[in-house]
Amino acid sequence: MSGGVDSAVAAARAVDAGYDVTGVHLALARNPKTYRSGARGCCTLEDARDARRAADVIGIPFYVWDMADRFHEDVVDDFVAEYAAGRTPNPCLRCNEKIKFAAVLDRALALGFDAVVTGHHARLGDDGLLRRSVDAAKDQSYVLAVLRPEQIAHAMFPIGDTGKVDVRTEAAQRGLAVAEKPDSHDICFIADGDTHGFLRGRLGAQPGPIVDAASGDVVGGHDGAYAFTVGQRRGLRVGVPAADGRPRYVLDVSPVTRTVTVGPAELLDVDVVVGGSPTWCGPVPALPFAGLAQLRAHGAPIPCSADMDGDSLVVRLDESARGIAPGQTVVLYDDDRVIGSATIQRATSSQRASATSST
Amino acid sequence: MAYLDHAATTPMLPEALAAYVATAGELGNASSLHAPGRRARRLVEEARERIAAALGARPSEVIFTSGGTESDNLAVKGVFWARRDADPARTRVIASSIEHHAVIDAVEWLVGHERAAVTWLPVDEVGRVEVDALRAALDRYGDQVALVTAMWANNEVGTVQPVAELAGACARYRVPLHTDAVQAISQVPIDFAASGVAAMTVTGHKLGGPIGVGALVLGRDVDCTPLLHGGGQERDVRSGTLDVPGIVAFAASVEAAVKARSAYVARVGGIRDLLVARVRDAVPTALLNGDPVDRLPGNAHFSFPGCEGDALLLLLDAQGIACSTGSACSAGVAQPSHVLLAMGADDDRARSSLRFSLGHTSTLADVTALVDALPAAVERAGRAGAVRAARG
Repeated sequence: MSGGVDSAVAAARAVDAGYDVTGVHLALARNPKTYRSGARGCCTLEDARDARRAADVIGIPFYVWDMADRFHEDVVDDFVAEYAAGRTPNPCLRCNEKIKFAAVLDRALALGFDAVVTGHHARLGDDGLLRRSVDAAKDQSYVLAVLRPEQIAHAMFPIGDTGKVDVRTEAAQRGLAVAEKPDSHDICFIADGDTHGFLRGRLGAQPGPIVDAASGDVVGGHDGAYAFTVGQRRGLRVGVPAADGRPRYVLDVSPVTRTVTVGPAELLDVDVVVGGSPTWCGPVPALPFAGLAQLRAHGAPIPCSADMDGDSLVVRLDESARGIAPGQTVVLYDDDRVIGSATIQRATSSQRASATSST
Repeated sequence: MAYLDHAATTPMLPEALAAYVATAGELGNASSLHAPGRRARRLVEEARERIAAALGARPSEVIFTSGGTESDNLAVKGVFWARRDADPARTRVIASSIEHHAVIDAVEWLVGHERAAVTWLPVDEVGRVEVDALRAALDRYGDQVALVTAMWANNEVGTVQPVAELAGACARYRVPLHTDAVQAISQVPIDFAASGVAAMTVTGHKLGGPIGVGALVLGRDVDCTPLLHGGGQERDVRSGTLDVPGIVAFAASVEAAVKARSAYVARVGGIRDLLVARVRDAVPTALLNGDPVDRLPGNAHFSFPGCEGDALLLLLDAQGIACSTGSACSAGVAQPSHVLLAMGADDDRARSSLRFSLGHTSTLADVTALVDALPAAVERAGRAGAVRAARG
């Protein structure tokens, strides 16, 4: 129970369904002092308080579980290391994979519980397979696509059949004070939303060149390649205008040489995505698999075919996608059913000889 | 429900509740000069006299406060300030390493904000403050010490402290000793005047009085700078309108608890001894923490190796058994007990501990309920602990 409206309603619905439910709020900041007096301590304490109040109203026991060490190792350190390696991670996926449906689930099972219930906007069908929420705009199945069948078997997503507006209405009807609480969007461990500043604090300044892809010329400089992600346009501070006068985008981030390569938007177009070893959320699909690929948390699904090449998942998109960064996750869907996912290693264009890749 | 957390708070005694209800309807500010004010003042002063009599103090030595935390803060900071004002060289606090956070955090505040120096006194493996360490610290720093603070009995592991010896050591150096007697009042004999203690913290809700009222018993000749400024109540040491019904109920509880102490020690101590024996039978790996003999009669404190205390608490709570892992933290995140760490326990033993504390409403049925639920809880918590350990 994060302190938000979704997990509060999910808990209430699990109680209504007849389960013996215990509320758990995760303490994820490593230094416990920050819960008492730290700069973001008030917010964290407030979230814990909101979660506790929701549990009171629902009438269930409530505990705070200290997962700070696990979260730091598996999510925060991974996040920093991925950026340091020139990739663009999604920490919410890691948190689901390693914390909520691993550390929390393992502890819960050991203590005699049967499942972890969350307020994710996703559904489990009668077949027990993971599906999109009925609310397409709020669907969170993408960030759950890292879960293996044995994790999904012990997961419950009670609000996936309900739109967000109705979840808020239901929360109000249930007397849950969090009904009007705004959605959280930021990365939870970067309280001020300044990802670049967060990374700079951990990785230090790592100045390097910004290079034009077409000419090979150095067109600017930067304090750290980790501040850039493929497809980014803002914040480039390129001194030399492009020959054609058109805006330039980040095409590649190479941390070893600290080089950020920039170029025109069309060089961001890719239609072949190569991922690492995939995680199948349900039965392994017949290959090659024809379905839909989603490349970002709120990206549009693109028709595709997917197959294995050795240990790698190769996804061929029927239409090109723009600005796909290594470290992001490709999720395969069959209609609204989640098939599986893989971490993107490189994305290329079948039309171009030049390819974007990461070292 | 089996309530085994009387050290956190204990139900009000019938006589205290009756006194509260009878007084709460009365009109009057005890500082007012008119008749209703005088009636309120009379109730407060009679309560003060009853408490003083029960604790071996003079009435003027009883300073009413909002409870243990305020009394600890007032004693530690107030006596520090007053002593330093009288002699600027006196900037050192000597404190036991097993104090309640109301003392520890007040001392650390003095270190951080008043440039105080601190000597933390070690304890032995049963949680008993080492008197020789106090003597050594006083030998070394005697003329720099503002005060010494050491609790009468530990709130977590229940070990009763050698207060007379500590006070004797302090007396040789004319250094005031503050003691937090919150847990001790109803459970061990206490005579403030005879103890040699300069200041003593007591609170109502640990012995059957209401929550939110307590006292600092402050020797007549002990200077103490106030924390709260205002109307000058309570010897000008603690301003604030007096909580008449709370004070009257507090007095009723102190009087009743002290009067009933022998019977309480025999009855509750007997249930506690049975609890310890039956827990050991049910869970042979359980380790009793604290002094096996010289401990509060209502206290039993165990480590369950391989289990996390907060997992055990959750599982027992689900079976209707209320107990504690030690001091609660505001965010609800369990920390390894500083008391057990000071006793030399490793982090795992400190995290695997659970306190069962008994009080005036405890019965043998509470022990039975605990022992019925405990083995399964320990088995499950052990599995959860193994999950954590396997990860390294």
